[in-house]
Amino acid sequence: MCLAVPMKIAEIAEGTAICEVDGVRREASLMMLEDAVVGDYVLIHAGFAIEKLDPLEAEKTLAIFREVLEAGGGVEA
Amino acid sequence: MKYSTEYRDPELAKGLIAAIAKDVADYAGQITLMEVCGTHTMSIYQHGIRNLLPAQVRLISGPGCPVCVTPIGYVDQAVAYARREQTIVATFGDMVRVPGSSSNLQREKAEGADVRIVYSPLDALAIAEKNPDQSVVFLGVGFETTAPTIGGSLLEAEKRGLKNFFVLCAHKTMPTPMIALASDPELKVDGYICPAHVSAVIGSDAYRPIAEGFGVPCVVTGFEPVDMLRGIQLLVRQVLAGAARVECEYSRIVKPAGNRTAQAILFKVFEPCDADWRGIGPIPNSGLQLREAYRKFDALTALPVEVEEPREHKGCCCGEILKGKLGAKDCPLFRKSCTPEHPIGACMVSSEGSCAAEYKYGDC
Repeated sequence: MCLAVPMKIAEIAEGTAICEVDGVRREASLMMLEDAVVGDYVLIHAGFAIEKLDPLEAEKTLAIFREVLEAGGGVEA
Repeated sequence: MKYSTEYRDPELAKGLIAAIAKDVADYAGQITLMEVCGTHTMSIYQHGIRNLLPAQVRLISGPGCPVCVTPIGYVDQAVAYARREQTIVATFGDMVRVPGSSSNLQREKAEGADVRIVYSPLDALAIAEKNPDQSVVFLGVGFETTAPTIGGSLLEAEKRGLKNFFVLCAHKTMPTPMIALASDPELKVDGYICPAHVSAVIGSDAYRPIAEGFGVPCVVTGFEPVDMLRGIQLLVRQVLAGAARVECEYSRIVKPAGNRTAQAILFKVFEPCDADWRGIGPIPNSGLQLREAYRKFDALTALPVEVEEPREHKGCCCGEILKGKLGAKDCPLFRKSCTPEHPIGACMVSSEGSCAAEYKYGDC
């Protein structure tokens, strides 16, 4: 039930964002994310944007995964 | 899909699986990790994660499916609203097939009741606006991810002056049952895979009392397979090191303090209350009820209806399954009288229930 999809904000009008993912467009209320701007990736759940996605943190997490892979399954530093 | 596909990379998954196997290679005991989110349950089954892990790591499912933990009396109440004159019941899709004591919403709809499946509570609000001569009852089920969307819709209903929009509220809050299960001596949970999107709202710091007070490691992880494996690896490492702290693998979404605006909406509209968890029983302060100022939207007080006496189905093990004490296959009804076509318990009917996941993806 708590599934939410990361979508990119394409437009904002009167507290409602038009969000896009893979060509699908959907309206989402920004009531819980008042500082969101066009271009932000946000998580959409039940018609509301519930959180912004932090691209730097996303990259950091992936970098850690790659380190694990490069260590050949060994213990990372 | 950006920010999803990268976390499904099979090479990264293989690396993490090998790393976990290496970590536990010399460990003779068993590490039991519990997930408390239906979407994690589905992800574990969908990606076959149980079969990829070394024998020392055991995954069990807890009370993470909000539909499954909703008491049968709630479904009976919703059925009573469906039978009420001039009433539209609006709900998320997962509630319509949940069996009540003698009926369910799908059957009521087939018999002529106006039951509508919506994607968002805002859609239910629009139905209320379009049907001013009808009462619209929205079924407010869900944890902290979903509750603010219902809270936000009530704020909007008030702004628009709607008098025919009501909520049948059965929201539950997450960290409390985790504490109840952590202190259950029969159930040895070595670590919690903490919910992803509940944590987006409440923040990863919400689990500190569990790690610090009960010595159970907590790791917040995302739903993609690589996220889950990394979360499992972090938990395994904490258990092996004898540590108990909160870590967040899902930092691209979850912040330590969560989403404060969403929390403010929750606080404005709801207050904590004792709640009944199907299978677990009553847990103090583990639910949400409408505050006095918003009680005019409470279906229970605004629209009284006669409800049948709740009767649980005999032989159904959902209760023990929701506590993680039994697996779906331990229930004598599983795959026999209880199937997704003819579900007897909530864990089979909800697509995120352990029994439905085991039926769909488990070994035959």
